[in-house]
Amino acid sequence: MNPVNYLYLAALLFAIGATGVLIRRNAIVVFMCIELMLNACNLAFVAFSRMHGNLDGQIIAFFTMVVAAAEVVVGLAIIVSLFRSRHSASVDDASLMKL
Amino acid sequence: MENLIALLVAAPLLGAAVLLCGGRALDRAGHWLGTLLAAASFVIAVVLFTDMLGKGAEERTLSQHLFSWIPVEGFQADVAFQLDQLSMTFVLLISGVGTLIHVYSIGYMEHDERRRRFFGYLNLFLAAMLLLVLADNYLLLYVGWEGVGLASYLLIGFWQHKPSAATAAKKAFLVNRVGDVGLSIAIMLMFTTFGTFAFGPVLEATGQTSEGKLTAIGLMLLLAACGKSAQVPLQSWLGDAMEGPTPVSALIHAATMVTAGVYLIVRSGAIFNGAPDAQLVVTIVGAVTLLFGAIVGCAKDDIKKALAGSTMSQIGYMILAAGLGPIGYVFAIMHLVTHGFFKAGLFLGAGSVMHGMNDEVDMRKYGGLRKYMPVTFVTFGLGYLAIIGFPGLSGFFSKDKIIEAAFAKGGTEGWLLGSVALLGAAITAYYMTRVMIMTFFGDKRWQPDADGHAPHPHESPKSMTIPMIVLAFGSVFAGGFFSIGDRFMHWLEPVTRHDHGNSPLSAATVTGATMVVLVIGVALAYVQYGRRPVPVTAPRGSLLTRAARRDLLQDDFNHVVLVRGGEHLTRSLVYVDHSLVDGVVNGTAASMGGLSGRLRKLQNGYARSYAVSMFGGAAVLIAATLLMRAV
Repeated sequence: MNPVNYLYLAALLFAIGATGVLIRRNAIVVFMCIELMLNACNLAFVAFSRMHGNLDGQIIAFFTMVVAAAEVVVGLAIIVSLFRSRHSASVDDASLMKL
Repeated sequence: MENLIALLVAAPLLGAAVLLCGGRALDRAGHWLGTLLAAASFVIAVVLFTDMLGKGAEERTLSQHLFSWIPVEGFQADVAFQLDQLSMTFVLLISGVGTLIHVYSIGYMEHDERRRRFFGYLNLFLAAMLLLVLADNYLLLYVGWEGVGLASYLLIGFWQHKPSAATAAKKAFLVNRVGDVGLSIAIMLMFTTFGTFAFGPVLEATGQTSEGKLTAIGLMLLLAACGKSAQVPLQSWLGDAMEGPTPVSALIHAATMVTAGVYLIVRSGAIFNGAPDAQLVVTIVGAVTLLFGAIVGCAKDDIKKALAGSTMSQIGYMILAAGLGPIGYVFAIMHLVTHGFFKAGLFLGAGSVMHGMNDEVDMRKYGGLRKYMPVTFVTFGLGYLAIIGFPGLSGFFSKDKIIEAAFAKGGTEGWLLGSVALLGAAITAYYMTRVMIMTFFGDKRWQPDADGHAPHPHESPKSMTIPMIVLAFGSVFAGGFFSIGDRFMHWLEPVTRHDHGNSPLSAATVTGATMVVLVIGVALAYVQYGRRPVPVTAPRGSLLTRAARRDLLQDDFNHVVLVRGGEHLTRSLVYVDHSLVDGVVNGTAASMGGLSGRLRKLQNGYARSYAVSMFGGAAVLIAATLLMRAV
């Protein structure tokens, strides 16, 4: 199968994720969309790795996964404490730098 | 001998410093110290004078270089003195009359608790005036010029508790400032034209300078002279300056300071000789002021203001003579000296009368004082005869010469100036006779003062009468002494040069005409004031009289044209400032505010909108990169 198709898929996934980040209000959904964008990038990296015949892209994909895992930890913690303080998971409610 | 010159200035300056900084400890002896130092200055002047007489006419100029004041490349200002015959004449007059007036003030200011300060100011004036006439360059002269202005301001406003005196002082200061601007511009012009402002180089270089530049400098010098010497159009301050104590009026506003303008013009003779247009303006100013002052003098009931009008008029004669060029310089200075004697004497006499009359100044409330104040009457009378030009007295010689010189100018100009000078002589005779009759003759029209004290006219103390007697001697004999053998002319000629001109009339004709107008003036005044009783309240008078009482509407004119004009100007400037300047500034601020208000809305705190701008920015960057690659 032509590896370029993976790139198309990655672009599509990235676009879906970006759209989700921009239009959804629920922090959990926004968070998931970010993950989606990250994974779209991973897919693109791996596809490029295959296309160019070296392992750089695959290594970076691993790095991305590690960073994403760390980010999930921090991000979820923030969302939980946000929910606790405001009783809402909407990102628009958190528009002020105070309670 | 040269080293003595600085002492002339230093002595009164020391007196001023000690008296003004010394505090109350000097209250009891301060006036003696001030008088002593003035007298010291006079003694030094006499020593220098005798020394000068012992030398040949062309070697009499002494100079003393004290120190370099502003030593800058291309701009050399020195504190240096030059004592030539012209300066010597002034130094003798200033220190001599000054000393007499110090003596007079001891008696006159006896009951004033600020007498020490008064003497300090008088000494300050002497120092500044001597500096003015001794300076060897225009910049140092300017220092003295401002110094006498300051002293004049302080002394006019000496009785500062009187609002009228404080206002008069301010008025004198402001009007003088206008003239001073002229002097400073003249000095700047000299510097750009000649590269220096020392008398010697400037006056020598006038031959190689274009007439236009000389005319500009001359007119600016004339403006300065107008301010200081109360000439039209800057004459309005002199009448009000009479608010000062009478010795001040005598010394500063009659004998010395107001003649500084004449000194300036005569000293700058070479500049004016090269600028006939400027000279013409000088003569016109002199002629106009001569009549102006005389007319004002006719209508004033305040004895000091009448004399002030007369001062203005007599200085008009001097300025007129100075404007005639080498024909008139000598006579301008000669009249200045004789005027210094008789006008100072008249003022001291007026002060003596006021002293005896509870400080009343209205001549309509005098009358018949000759029996009560015999010494004042005689000395005032001699001053009177001198100023109207009674044959044989000082004014006769000096004024007659000026009238002759005016005719000698030649052409229509000469005839006009001569006739004006003659007319002025008639008016002088008229108003001085009026003063004389209203004060010393006729019925007693004495009125009790505001506290109900009836006046008890009495002769003034010796300290006051002796200076009056000395000045009366000067008024009687100075003119004759100067004129016999043309002594004064030969004395001043090396400095000012002299030219006889060619008079269309013989000297005898002019003298005859002067005598005729003199008699007419005296007779008119006698008919009007001597034959009929003088009303205590002034009659309404003709239109001219009423205008003359208001100083020929000079203040009204200044008010309408300058004050109102100035107000309108400032108002329009304020308007422009508010609408245009502030408009630009405020507009800029407002638009910045509006812009930032809009920019602030971008910072709305919504994470999603930040995300949009991030995506947008990334998209633009990628698009730009791709575009650049495609190209």
